[in-house]
Amino acid sequence: MKSANQVKPGTLSPNRQVTVALVGNPNTGKSTLFSALAGVRQHVGNYPGVTVEKKVGRTMIDGRAIELIDLPGTYSLAPRSLDEMVTVDVLLGRRADVPPVDCVISIVDASNLERNLYLVSQVLELGLPVVVAINMIDVAESRGIKIDLDRLQKQLGVPVVTMQANRKRGFAELKAAVTRVLDQPIAEYQSPFPQEFRTEVAQLQTASNANGGELPRYLIERLLLDVNGYVQERLATGGAGSLLPLVESARRRLTEVNLGPPAIEAISRYGWARKVLDGVVSRPATRVVTKGDKFDRILTHRVWGTLIFAAAMLVVFSSVFVFADPVMGIVDSGIGWIAGQVDLMMPEGPLKSLVVDGVIGGVGSVVIFLPQILILFMFIAILEDCGYMARAAYLMDKLMTKVGLSGKSFIPLLSSFACAIPGIMATRVIENRRDRMTTILIAPLMSCSARLPVYAILIAAFIPSQSYLGGLVQLQGVTMFAMYLVGMVTAAVVALLLKKTLLRGPTPSFVLELPTYKWPSPTMVVGRMVDRGWAFLKRAGTLILAVSLLVWALSYYPRDTAAVEGPFATEISRLEMQRDNATTEEQKTAAEDELVEINYQIDAEYQRRSWLGQAGQWIEPAVKPLGWDWRIGSAAIASFPAREVVMGVLGVIYNLGSELDVGEESDQTRLAAKLQAARWDDTGKPVYNIPVALGLMVFFALCAQCAATLAVIKRETNSWRWPAFAFAYMTALAYAGAFVTYQTGMWIASRM
Amino acid sequence: MTLLSELAIGSKGQVRAIHNTDEISMRLLEMGVTPGVEVAVVGCAPLGDPLELEVRGYRLSVRKSEASRVELES
Repeated sequence: MKSANQVKPGTLSPNRQVTVALVGNPNTGKSTLFSALAGVRQHVGNYPGVTVEKKVGRTMIDGRAIELIDLPGTYSLAPRSLDEMVTVDVLLGRRADVPPVDCVISIVDASNLERNLYLVSQVLELGLPVVVAINMIDVAESRGIKIDLDRLQKQLGVPVVTMQANRKRGFAELKAAVTRVLDQPIAEYQSPFPQEFRTEVAQLQTASNANGGELPRYLIERLLLDVNGYVQERLATGGAGSLLPLVESARRRLTEVNLGPPAIEAISRYGWARKVLDGVVSRPATRVVTKGDKFDRILTHRVWGTLIFAAAMLVVFSSVFVFADPVMGIVDSGIGWIAGQVDLMMPEGPLKSLVVDGVIGGVGSVVIFLPQILILFMFIAILEDCGYMARAAYLMDKLMTKVGLSGKSFIPLLSSFACAIPGIMATRVIENRRDRMTTILIAPLMSCSARLPVYAILIAAFIPSQSYLGGLVQLQGVTMFAMYLVGMVTAAVVALLLKKTLLRGPTPSFVLELPTYKWPSPTMVVGRMVDRGWAFLKRAGTLILAVSLLVWALSYYPRDTAAVEGPFATEISRLEMQRDNATTEEQKTAAEDELVEINYQIDAEYQRRSWLGQAGQWIEPAVKPLGWDWRIGSAAIASFPAREVVMGVLGVIYNLGSELDVGEESDQTRLAAKLQAARWDDTGKPVYNIPVALGLMVFFALCAQCAATLAVIKRETNSWRWPAFAFAYMTALAYAGAFVTYQTGMWIASRM
Repeated sequence: MTLLSELAIGSKGQVRAIHNTDEISMRLLEMGVTPGVEVAVVGCAPLGDPLELEVRGYRLSVRKSEASRVELES
């Protein structure tokens, strides 16, 4: 454990790498500033063991190489969780994986100085050189707010610069200030706290040092101030446990003289902020009503606001469907073309199948998600950057609390209806860890677009197209809607259960800043899109590829060419001769068609003999209660990496060939016809009926058949436990759901 | 005792104290809702909850259950 950083003036040679940390409230344009400084030389990773993103970049200031660390936006440096502790530890130089911080740039919103100074007050306590950057100066100017910079600088005691990061204004002054502050002694620390408080802290510090502890003064203060807080919890188990009774008595003494924690911190710091800002800020007497204010009145209006919100959500949601679709079609054709080329070029055999079906198919199933991710994140970035996101959470909060969540979960869950992957990635906005976990764990239950083909085929094949109430209530449409409902209701129940058991805890706060509206910055939006898209490709791509290759191997091997193709040999040569010697086009086509049929039969037989097919036959007793035969079992297993695969697998198993395109009308009806005609091997009774079809749909509604989703859950939670848990609970639910649906359906049928 | 959660839309009040010492109360204090500060209720969400407040020159959204921890000068 390193001791708190101490910068001695003049010891910074021009060649030493300097580390500068960026700290600030959310919505202060910190990311814009960071990107402007670091440019393309930035890198996002993870601090090990936590879900906090590690964002670092490189820049040059006055000939010095600077490493920039962008710390997560926060309103306060009082850590309330392991994640928040990371920021504090980085600033105090207590993390082994981060070099000690040499300077802090504290970014502040010009229109909101008072509240922003709370954090600045905490930053000043760390004993590091600080530069205060007042950003978004243009917004303040448009509201008639004027800031006396010289006076503020004098009252704060550290360099202050004004900036407009999105227009690149103020960077020269910022860099000059950083250089100045690195070469000077640190400003003398003036505590905002009353004398009694400081005395108690000093006493605690002495006691701590006497015990051999190396707690910096800032953490001692946190211990005193955060009643039953994270620091107290963490240190209680460590060596500093002996300090706690002293801390308790200190708190009591302070409370007796009306200086009790935790309120004393806010009172002292905001009192200091008011003093610092005295004579610095001049506002017009009446608040200038900006365009943004007028917008806001409409957007948060009880009726209009909700309507506009519903419309906005509809736009976002359908765009992901509508715009993504043609792009996905293009990507799909592209992949198909590549596969076709490889098919022509390579000789028959396992290697070719590996490349075409395994690798290209596998990579393809990853790349196919990219359009949806990019489009969704474009919208989310726009909504967040302009300030509407907070309003959306505000409008939806009451509804979400009914299932134990908060308004911040709404947009991630809504997005999951299109695709759970960007939805889960979007849960980053949820600060509370328990809420975020719950949202991540129920997101896959929102029936995503990949489930649509499954519903569509089964409904077309088995649900009669009757309508009631003069065409208003159409049975097939109702069934489709019912499937979506199954997902949503299950999600609500699971959320409530999780909140009561695994993820139990006090209701997190919903104290949320509603930032002023501003035009979203295109560079920010594009940057974020690229960021998320790339992160997805890199991480999820490796896992999905691996799983796809595994499934390919399971469905390809074992391969006994002689045993399978042998019986067809004579037939094939006969047909080939017939085709080659054909005198009319009809004869030729007839022979070719029959050859194709035989090939399909061969494929189906290979499938039956493969590990996958055998697995299906092996689990048949387990899936019989669901009304499934081994073919459905095989298809279900094969579709675990990606549920769309199920149709293709069923197509092969029912001798329709593997190029079955579920989107094509004719292919759909072919498969539907085959399903209707399918019979049990032993009894000859029909396999599929309405209860089986419904049960199958329910299975797909609730099952975690998407390796990509699990991979993203792993990445977002930085652990294997959560995707494993999601997989386990969803599979169990899916089985139970299919079982109940099938058995109930059969029972009802037997009574009719 | 007047609580912030009872304040009508469009009116303001001065904070007297924040009750409780849990995470929510600490959050309120951090965000500037401290004894002595003026708070105004500017609106509320469709179902009556949460509330939209103006404090220290910016807008803050708070649930009624959270606002009930804020005691105002009567």
